[in-house]
Amino acid sequence: MRAAEPVSGTTDQAVPEVPVYLRRDEFTPSPDLGRLREAGRVERVTTPFGATAWLLTRHDDVRAVLADSTRFSNAVRDVPQPPELDDLTEDERAPLRFGNLLGLDPPEHTRLRRTLTGEFTVRRMRALEPRVRRIVDEQLEKMARKGPPLDLVTEYGLLVPSLVICELLGVPASDRAAFNAQTIRLIDVSVPIRERLRVGRELRDYMSDLAERARLAPGDDIIGMLIREHGRDLTHPELAGLANFLLLAGHETTANMLSLGTLALLRHPAQLARMRDDPAAVAPGVEELLRWLSVVQAPVARQVREDTEFGGVRIPAGDLVLLSLPAANRDPAAVARPDELDIGRGAVGHLAFGHGVHHCIGAPLARMELNVGLPALLQRFPGLRIEPDGVGFRPSHVFYGLSQLVVSW
Amino acid sequence: MTERLLVDPDVCIGAGLCVVAQPRVFDQDEDGIVTVRVESPPLDDDIRQAVATCPSGALSLRDDGSP
Repeated sequence: MRAAEPVSGTTDQAVPEVPVYLRRDEFTPSPDLGRLREAGRVERVTTPFGATAWLLTRHDDVRAVLADSTRFSNAVRDVPQPPELDDLTEDERAPLRFGNLLGLDPPEHTRLRRTLTGEFTVRRMRALEPRVRRIVDEQLEKMARKGPPLDLVTEYGLLVPSLVICELLGVPASDRAAFNAQTIRLIDVSVPIRERLRVGRELRDYMSDLAERARLAPGDDIIGMLIREHGRDLTHPELAGLANFLLLAGHETTANMLSLGTLALLRHPAQLARMRDDPAAVAPGVEELLRWLSVVQAPVARQVREDTEFGGVRIPAGDLVLLSLPAANRDPAAVARPDELDIGRGAVGHLAFGHGVHHCIGAPLARMELNVGLPALLQRFPGLRIEPDGVGFRPSHVFYGLSQLVVSW
Repeated sequence: MTERLLVDPDVCIGAGLCVVAQPRVFDQDEDGIVTVRVESPPLDDDIRQAVATCPSGALSLRDDGSP
């Protein structure tokens, strides 16, 4: 099915075409994406790596696919990958799969996920909150000592989630600086992919050593818990893989929310003041920022297991469907005035963390980091302002974010 | 027609959204799986929100057939 309006080829011909689902003007997804959502329920697209797929943009469709792990599989197979990955040997490939919850279907997924769910309960998050608050306060203190201007992306956004993960995984204090430098390099898209794969291998080896040491003396952290409670059910590569998965999944997403969320509030001063001064405004405000920013912008892929249909378009088994979370989160059928940031609305039911059995396992942690980290920053530096030319958006990446946010106070 | 809250711990993925929405009714065991603190709670808006946003479908409302 074609949309009524031409939706591809409308961008400047001088630049390589960015897929419609990755195009944004600052915070706003491309109007072309909105037109697709209105025009038809599915759009045939080609991914940057040459796979043909069906793009879904409506809130109810996206939610329905996410909810149905039987008909829509995460174990996506035989789909073109980035060319840089083609020449990996099987030995290099296998570790990439271990512990990757997003590449598995039930019942395998259920078994692995259930080893971790106890670490992310509401009660555990409450117990962890003082440690997160301490990390945040220490980082803000360092920023105050350093003085303005400074880049919030590197000095705050990226560091806080990384330090929290170190705390959770039990990375010793003496290793944290090196560990942070590595993880930040791993997720930096400007670093060549070969180099990032090498850093990724080093981090997996590090996690594997950490897990090996923890088997002898399991600590009061996630790896220690996995060994004490599931040591017999989990293979060593699964254990190291799970730790690695948590590191990757929990880092850049929260980092981008902290930096982008701060910028969004700086552009909406009245709402910033409420987030800073009214503790009751923070939790609903964080939900609205999650919806409005939808940092997981690269579409979520599912492989169709049996023939299915959307709006009269038949999608055969084996085909890929792509789900745009930013499009679904701005669907006027699901939320009124979707393009307005309104921290008072609460944004119940947004899909920023997904839905279904793969709903983000770290969502309670991410929420807590944002609920602590955003108001603490605004309170510590009430005069926070953007330096001229201080904002750099990082377009067309898996996670939407900023390359820099230079601020003063 | 009376609606009743149904809870299926086998389906639960431990997201905990229900505990945040209505902590007087929902709790989590040590593996994060949903438990219910109150039998047949009155279906207030918070419970309905918990059912509507439950990612795994572990919570549902069922008409129990009674008048």
